[in-house]
Amino acid sequence: MSRYSAFSLFKNALSGHKNWKRAWRAPEPQKKYDVIIIGGGGHGLATAYYLAKEHGITNVAVLEKGGLGSGNIGRNTTIIRSNYMLGANTRFYEHSMKLWEGLSNDLNYNMMFSQRGLINLAHTPGQMDAFSRRGNAMLMEGVDAELIDNQEVCRRVPGLYCGQNTRFPILGGLCQPRAGTARHDAVAWGYARGADQYGVDIIEHCEVIGFIKDGDTVTGVKTNRGEIFAPKIGVSVAGNTSTVMKLAGIDKLPIESHVLQAFVSEPLKPFLNTVVTYGAGHLYISQSDKGGLVFGGDLDGYNSYAQRGNLPIFEHVAAAAVTMFPVLSRLRLLRNWGGIMDMSMDGSPIICKGPLPGLYLNAGWCYGGFKATPAAGWCFAYTIAKDQPHPLNADFTLDRFYTGHELDEGGSGPYPGHQ
Amino acid sequence: MIINCPICGPREAAEYSYIGDATRVRPEADNIDLNSWSDYVHQRQNPRGNHHEHWQHSGACRSILCVTRDTLSHAISGVKLVGPYSEDTK
Amino acid sequence: MSGFRLHNKGILINKDAPIQFSFDGKKMNGFKGDTLASALLANGQTLVGRSFKYHRPRGIYSAGPEEPNALVSLRQQGRHEPNTVATGIELYDGLIANSQNAWPSLNFDVMAAIQIFSPFLIAGFYYKTFMGTGQRFWHFCEHFIRRAAGMGKAGLEADPDRYEKANIFSDIVIIGGGCAGLIAARTAVQSGAKILLVDENPELGGASLEEEATIEGINTADWIAETINHLAKNNNVTLMRRTSVYGYFDDNILGAVERVSDHKIEPENNQPRQRHLKIFAKRVIIATGTIERPLVFAGNDLPGIMLANAALRYAHRYGVAVGKNVAIFTNNDDGYQTAIQLKKLGVNVTTIIDARTHTNFTLDGIKSITGHVVTSAKGSKYIKQIDIAPYDHSDHSIGDIQSLEVDSLLISGGYTPMINLTSQTGTPAIFNEEIQSFIPGPPNRAWQACGALIGAFELEECLNTAIEAAQNSQKLLGLKVSPVKPVTVSGANLKAIPFALTEIPCLQTSAKKFIDFQHDVTVNDLQIAHREGFRSVEHLKRYTTLGMAADQGKTSNMNALAIMAQLRGISIPEAGTTRFRAPYKPVALGTLAGRYIGNHFSPLRRTPMHDWHIEHGAEMIEAGLWHRPRVYKKSGETVTDAYIREAAAVRKTVGIVDVTSLGKIDVQGPDAAEFLNRIYANAFLKVDVGKARYGVMLREDGYMFDDGTSWRLSPTQFLMTTTTANAATVLSHMEQLLNIDWPSLKVHVSSISDQWAAMAVAGPDSRNVLQKIITDIVLSEEGCPFMAVRHGHIGQIPIILARLSFSGERAYEVYTGSHHGTAVWSAIIEAGQQFDISPYGTEALGTLRIEKGHISGPELDGRTTMGDVGFGRMASTKKSYIGSVLKQRPGLNDPDRLSMVGLISTDHKAIMAGSYMLDGDQNIGHVTSTTYSPVLKKYIALALIKQGDDRLGEDLCAVFPLEDEKNNVQVVDPHFYDKEGAQLYV
Repeated sequence: MSRYSAFSLFKNALSGHKNWKRAWRAPEPQKKYDVIIIGGGGHGLATAYYLAKEHGITNVAVLEKGGLGSGNIGRNTTIIRSNYMLGANTRFYEHSMKLWEGLSNDLNYNMMFSQRGLINLAHTPGQMDAFSRRGNAMLMEGVDAELIDNQEVCRRVPGLYCGQNTRFPILGGLCQPRAGTARHDAVAWGYARGADQYGVDIIEHCEVIGFIKDGDTVTGVKTNRGEIFAPKIGVSVAGNTSTVMKLAGIDKLPIESHVLQAFVSEPLKPFLNTVVTYGAGHLYISQSDKGGLVFGGDLDGYNSYAQRGNLPIFEHVAAAAVTMFPVLSRLRLLRNWGGIMDMSMDGSPIICKGPLPGLYLNAGWCYGGFKATPAAGWCFAYTIAKDQPHPLNADFTLDRFYTGHELDEGGSGPYPGHQ
Repeated sequence: MIINCPICGPREAAEYSYIGDATRVRPEADNIDLNSWSDYVHQRQNPRGNHHEHWQHSGACRSILCVTRDTLSHAISGVKLVGPYSEDTK
Repeated sequence: MSGFRLHNKGILINKDAPIQFSFDGKKMNGFKGDTLASALLANGQTLVGRSFKYHRPRGIYSAGPEEPNALVSLRQQGRHEPNTVATGIELYDGLIANSQNAWPSLNFDVMAAIQIFSPFLIAGFYYKTFMGTGQRFWHFCEHFIRRAAGMGKAGLEADPDRYEKANIFSDIVIIGGGCAGLIAARTAVQSGAKILLVDENPELGGASLEEEATIEGINTADWIAETINHLAKNNNVTLMRRTSVYGYFDDNILGAVERVSDHKIEPENNQPRQRHLKIFAKRVIIATGTIERPLVFAGNDLPGIMLANAALRYAHRYGVAVGKNVAIFTNNDDGYQTAIQLKKLGVNVTTIIDARTHTNFTLDGIKSITGHVVTSAKGSKYIKQIDIAPYDHSDHSIGDIQSLEVDSLLISGGYTPMINLTSQTGTPAIFNEEIQSFIPGPPNRAWQACGALIGAFELEECLNTAIEAAQNSQKLLGLKVSPVKPVTVSGANLKAIPFALTEIPCLQTSAKKFIDFQHDVTVNDLQIAHREGFRSVEHLKRYTTLGMAADQGKTSNMNALAIMAQLRGISIPEAGTTRFRAPYKPVALGTLAGRYIGNHFSPLRRTPMHDWHIEHGAEMIEAGLWHRPRVYKKSGETVTDAYIREAAAVRKTVGIVDVTSLGKIDVQGPDAAEFLNRIYANAFLKVDVGKARYGVMLREDGYMFDDGTSWRLSPTQFLMTTTTANAATVLSHMEQLLNIDWPSLKVHVSSISDQWAAMAVAGPDSRNVLQKIITDIVLSEEGCPFMAVRHGHIGQIPIILARLSFSGERAYEVYTGSHHGTAVWSAIIEAGQQFDISPYGTEALGTLRIEKGHISGPELDGRTTMGDVGFGRMASTKKSYIGSVLKQRPGLNDPDRLSMVGLISTDHKAIMAGSYMLDGDQNIGHVTSTTYSPVLKKYIALALIKQGDDRLGEDLCAVFPLEDEKNNVQVVDPHFYDKEGAQLYV
């Protein structure tokens, strides 16, 4: 396989770009694999990549019902951060951050991971205390964090309204300098190409319509392209976890599917050099390399599989954006989309063996799926290969709700969307 | 979305707050089995399609409603009042 | 520089109203009724912008919202508006517009040099390079990439204009005010239905303004005027111009923007700039028509190349000829119709190049070259010459090339229905072979499409589909449907049936053939995407960024689909189409935000005593949505000085604090006690009337939820208080239980938070103060013991008095009607003068409760159990209550859980909230609440640590790595002050 580089671009330009090869093959499914991953999104592709790279398991199929990367990897706000408070989360997301930092080179595919920092704005002394607790927790786990005051926030974010004549004046913020954004589609494509180069079969437009079981043990899947068998089957279909798991006979999970909308504005010359979240208004803003401001808000707040939302969130996101940045009032929103979140009952993910023999589950990502992509793939691959979780995902079990070991980062209890 | 409140009439969904899955049944008070309680509190069917769900008309009459709504199309096919004044209770 | 104003033409402009405006600092003239685009053309301004990636020169390409090229920065200062489409700007006197994405000038843009590298800047090139040795190298490159990207610049000042919102309820909403929309309205009006017709343009009529047909015996222009007149006379019709429906949401809710003042230099008195409309429609008729489709050939983006029907609009509506020597390139009969009309208007159309081998049109004075295509357009900043060649239909090859001098080339590639809104509803589009484009599929909701949008291009058919849509809508709404004769039309334009022409071959392989003008996506990019496997529509879009620009690919999508289908050897419908997303046209953030910005972003709740607090030096703090006094500063005091003084006063004499923000819920009914017994973890059945009890609520999952006191006012009535933060959640929790789980309980709950003002009077002198002004309650230890609740009066004002204490001192909570709040507060202050009564704020409140070891928000963080905070024994073991089972899960009873302790700083430094607790280098927990204790004269804190109960007396370290701070602390019992509670009775 050819490596991408400035040189390869130059060489191909000389031949009129006629010699570029497919980024990944389009193989026909085989009858049997060592591992099947259901879901050709970021997590599924990353899992396949790390199964091959870290564990030498290359006889792997990734089954995707639509086009590769058509789920949440292609419909998020591209933010990457590891600013969590609870130890298990901090360690996991920091592992992800470290993988992100080497990912473009690892995959020979530029993810455009732009580490321009993320600032969570605080508006009250109580919020500053909560951010202090979080920032200290991060530093103690080796994650970078800074507590900054109003003046420093204003210096770093020109255009942000920093005065007092507003409902929620800004007191300061918690900054993670290594946080940032990445080109979300490139992540899917990079992992796909990487996995493909190890011999993984990525099979698009292959929908799982049932599971083949021997007693309780899952041994294969029925698809619209025939039956495919494997001793180990990983499910990585966040947004549709309940739907796919029902096919395996799992009727209930600690998950609800909710729609989260995002928005992008018309392109502007560089305006915002960091990611900013507005504590008082469920809003986060960043600027893409193309120049569009990317806005994310709160969940629409009802179960949905629709990949689109409604007007109240449009209006709320805009109100928060103009309140934060009065200079953006005349800037126009260009496009809106919605992603389906697997909202778990404590806001934390699930990466585990089971719930049936032969089955492995990666789910419940809430808002955190994109930034988790490398570590989720890495841990899920480990769990599948070794038949036991890595210490990094040991707490992300499915049965923690029965035992009372929730990881409730937001402290808001089993009410999806309130996290 | 518009939910047709049996008390107030059709109102935009923003007037309501979402409670969630209405098919869950709270175990009886004398049930002390941890798993059946955790099933009730944490486990969801989360269907893709028709979903029976509770909403509260929190911005107006505060009644609690059972709404049948398709989670894929968002189309609402039924709204019923829940509680002491509902048809079912009478 | 070829456009000019025609003599005595232009139906929309008023030549008696000249207007001055400026573009890139150059003064120009126009007329009232012009758009910026028409005025620029009339002033000979062919070059108006630079493209996104290659900085290629670009001119005006269309006359409508589909415009991909002519984006300008409009207005200045706070009204600066980047990326504004010149074709949609109505000219006003004093208009200032500037070009974008060019430096130092539009004419000479240094960045255009980037085109030298264009062989490398192919689709996806970012992904293949700039990786170097890691993040540092990428961040270095990214800096330059970002600066090259983007279009306009953000403004530097806040927007001075105002935005409004309105809700509109209609029976039938008609989107699009062309002939189809107008006749649909005329048909439906008879039924008496409430009708709203919206059109994005300042004038109604749509594409039909260029029709020269006779409708119902009168010419089109008169028919339009007459129909509008007729509609305007009916009270049940509202016609809204300058209004764009941008989004189609669930249950027929439409989002729309009315441009109230954009055609003026600034909004007039009391007018908003724009109004956001939320339209609730029972039925929607969509008549959004079509836009013309470009043709794809080398150099097709040069300024001077324009859609044919746009050139016709400029001539007919604004009296502007786009050039002096004009050629038309077409693949359908409409190109001829346009040519004839242009000629009649005085535009010098010299040649028409038709890809088809045959046409029935004969032209006077225009040379028609059939069977030919334009293979290339040439020129540096605007078009000067075109190459044309015979085109072989069987193998798509071209023959010998000849050149032609032109200053304008008009493109007529067929028409594309504007299916954006129907697509937003989720209805899949259907491919229509005849028009080579997609039309809306069957409606999935209460809407119906009609007119040119569904392929009914020919006027008579167009009108009759609209009549049918209107009648059908009436029928489905259960309204009267009067019979309507089908409309007859004569002399209308023929239907444009395009010959399918995808990409036109060209001899120079390096020449660029643009598909998406705004994002600079070329045929070459599509070919690369195809080679690399990015073939599905979604992959194609994302890999090449096709259709992702501000125009949402209005002019590019169909051509891209056709070319990709051809590359893949499949049909266009097999290749599929993308789903359009809201907004159809970009919408300003300010418009969506309306007035809910700045101070009005969210409601501010003030207590009745707010003004008193402000007058007495209170510094306010956010609590929930409330503003509460944090401290009452005396001159020269810091916040710390003030709270220490206030807290000390409470311990020494007496203080008063406003606690109105606490949630207050009226719980009434025969089963009220039973209900409270089920929702509190501690027993509540046997609370006597006239007594209060402290209670803790759990969530169903067994973690702590809220705490507060409930006062039994009568056998069937409790007044419950909650924390400020959870007031709404607790009420909702109770309502859910009563309606969903326990409908047989006879209890009703209501929020009474807003009805009551509340204050706590605390300190050894509290009784002395109140005794002076309350005469109808016996305040003695026997008359009003700890936890007693009494009704009484202060003067004439009724109050409820509860002997409760959060501070640990003898204290009373005084509740009174909100409107009496300030009077009661003032009366207490006055009575307290002789005891030096001190109002105190949330900081001192915090100090007092920390000294006392009472929990509050930081300890009730949603992850703690009753066991964690020392309430283990308070929880009833004898009853079933919310959370009683799941609190027994192993994880909630793990001996390794954190438990609440007190900390005393042993090095006399403030302990910082958010610190972590270290035992050696082991992280064993964190600090929750901190204060200086005036009683102990020490810095103290509450903390949650592992095996806390076993660590009393231990010396530990509290660390705050964010500021590199460390504190030596000693672990103590969390009840720092008066553990036995003796002070409660002093």
